[in-house]
Amino acid sequence: MSETLQRTPLYDLHVELGARLVPFAGWEMPVQYSGIIEEHLAVRRAAGLFDVSHMGEVRVRGRDAAAFLDRLMTNEMSTIKPGSARYTVMCQPDGGCVDDLIIYRFSENEFFICLNASNAAKDIQWLRDHVGTAKVEIIDECKLWAQLALQGPFAEKILGLVTALPLASIKRFGFLVGEVAGASGCVVSRTGYTGSAGFEIYLPAASGIPVARALLTAGKAHGLIPVGLGARDSLRLEANYPLYGHEISERISPIQAGLGWTVKFNKEQFIGREALRRQAEGGPSSSVILFSLNDRRIARQGATVYAGETPVGEVLSGTFSPTMNKPIGTALVAAGYVNSEQLTVDIRGTRLPLSISVIPFVK
Amino acid sequence: MSQVPATLRYTKDHEWVRQESDGTVTIGITDHAQAALGDVTFIDLPKAGKSFQSGEVFGTVESVKAASDLYCPIAGEVIESNPTLNDSPDLVNREPYGGAWMIRIKPKNPAEVSQLLDAAAYSATL
Repeated sequence: MSETLQRTPLYDLHVELGARLVPFAGWEMPVQYSGIIEEHLAVRRAAGLFDVSHMGEVRVRGRDAAAFLDRLMTNEMSTIKPGSARYTVMCQPDGGCVDDLIIYRFSENEFFICLNASNAAKDIQWLRDHVGTAKVEIIDECKLWAQLALQGPFAEKILGLVTALPLASIKRFGFLVGEVAGASGCVVSRTGYTGSAGFEIYLPAASGIPVARALLTAGKAHGLIPVGLGARDSLRLEANYPLYGHEISERISPIQAGLGWTVKFNKEQFIGREALRRQAEGGPSSSVILFSLNDRRIARQGATVYAGETPVGEVLSGTFSPTMNKPIGTALVAAGYVNSEQLTVDIRGTRLPLSISVIPFVK
Repeated sequence: MSQVPATLRYTKDHEWVRQESDGTVTIGITDHAQAALGDVTFIDLPKAGKSFQSGEVFGTVESVKAASDLYCPIAGEVIESNPTLNDSPDLVNREPYGGAWMIRIKPKNPAEVSQLLDAAAYSATL
C-alpha cells in the first residue's frame, strides 16, 4: 500500500524553509521547522503561521441547504447568521462521529464547510449519500483552496500589515471575504485550533506561497515563525480541542468527548439524535478526560489507564506541554472513574498517577 | 549536516563512545540522533552498578514526538549516569557530545571499543 502522498500548494516553501516533512493523513506535511517547543511558544507569546491546506473544503448551496445541514449536523445550522461560522459534529446513527467541522454561512442558501484531511473524501460522500430529495448542490472544492492559520497574540497586528480588511470588526467565529497580500477572494475568519487568538485564511491555491511569504516577511519583526503539525498538536491539546481519530471518532461520540454543547436536542431530527439522547440522559459508558502528569515521561496514545489493578481506560492523545512544562494528555475512561483521584497510567511498565484537569491548560 | 567528531567511535544505532584515559568509556547519542528525535523531554538512565551486554537496552530517551530505546554499544558495568540530564534533558539537543553524555561504563572487554565504527564509517551510514 504505497499510496502517493499529496502535497499542498505550499510544499516548495516548506522545503525552502527547511521543514521536516512527514506523512500525515495521506499528505506530505511539515511536522516542524525550528523545533516543536520553540514553535509552540512562538504561538503563545508572539505568532505562528501554519499551512493547513491539507484540510478539505466543500460548498453546499441551494434552496434547502440550511435544512439539509440541520438534518446531518448535531449543531443548529439554520440559525447561523451570514458572515458567521459555527463548530459542529456530524454523527452516525449510533452517535459515533463522522467528523467535526466548521461551517461558514456565506448567504441564506450558501454554506462552506472545512473538513478534516483524513475524512474529506468520506465526508463529501456522506453528504451526497444523504441528499435525498433536498434541493442542494454539493461542490467538492478541496483542490481549489490553500489554507493558512495565523495564530498568536500578534496575529491581528501582522495580518493588518498585509490586508485592508477591517479585522477588528471580525468577531470570534465571524469572517470576511476580501483581498489579503494582493490575493483576492480570500476568506478570513477569526477561528483557530491553538487556544491563542488568531485567524484562519482560505485562499485560492495559487496564492498560497505568495501570501505565506508576505505574512512571514511582514511578521518577522513581531516574532512570527512558521509552525508545523507537531506544535499544532501540543497547542490544541493544551486548549483541550479534540482531534478526530483521538478524542472523537466513529466509536467516541460528542457526548463522550465533552462536546454536548454542540448537540442541539431542540432540533426535532438529526442523524444520531436518539443514540446521543440516550447517552446524554443515562450517562455514557465512558468519557474523555484531560490530564497532566507530574513527571517527564509522556503517556502516549494506547497507554492503559488503571484504577488500582483494574484497567479502566486508555490514553487517546499525549504530548509534552511547553506551557505547563509537563506531560499532558487525554484518555477515554469508564463511567464511574472520570472524577477519580486514584487513576494511574502505565508507561513502559511504570505506573504514574494521573491528575485530572476539569479546565483546559490554556484559556 | 550533523557533526561526527573524528575522535569518537560510533554504532549504527547512533550512539557514540569515547575511550577515557582511566580505562572507562563514556557513551552518548549522536548529533544526528538528537536532530532526528527533536526536542528531548525525558531521559531514563540506569543506576551505577548495573551491567549490560552489548546491544542490550540501557535506557530510554523521550522526545515530544516519540520514546526511543538506548542500546549499550559494548558490554560493561555502569560507573555513573549523567545526573544533569534528569533536570535538563534538553541538553541533549544542544550538547550531544559534551554536557549531555549519558553513562560511563567499565568495559568487560576493552578491545570491544576498537571494533565499533570510526567517524568515517559512521558518517557513511547517515
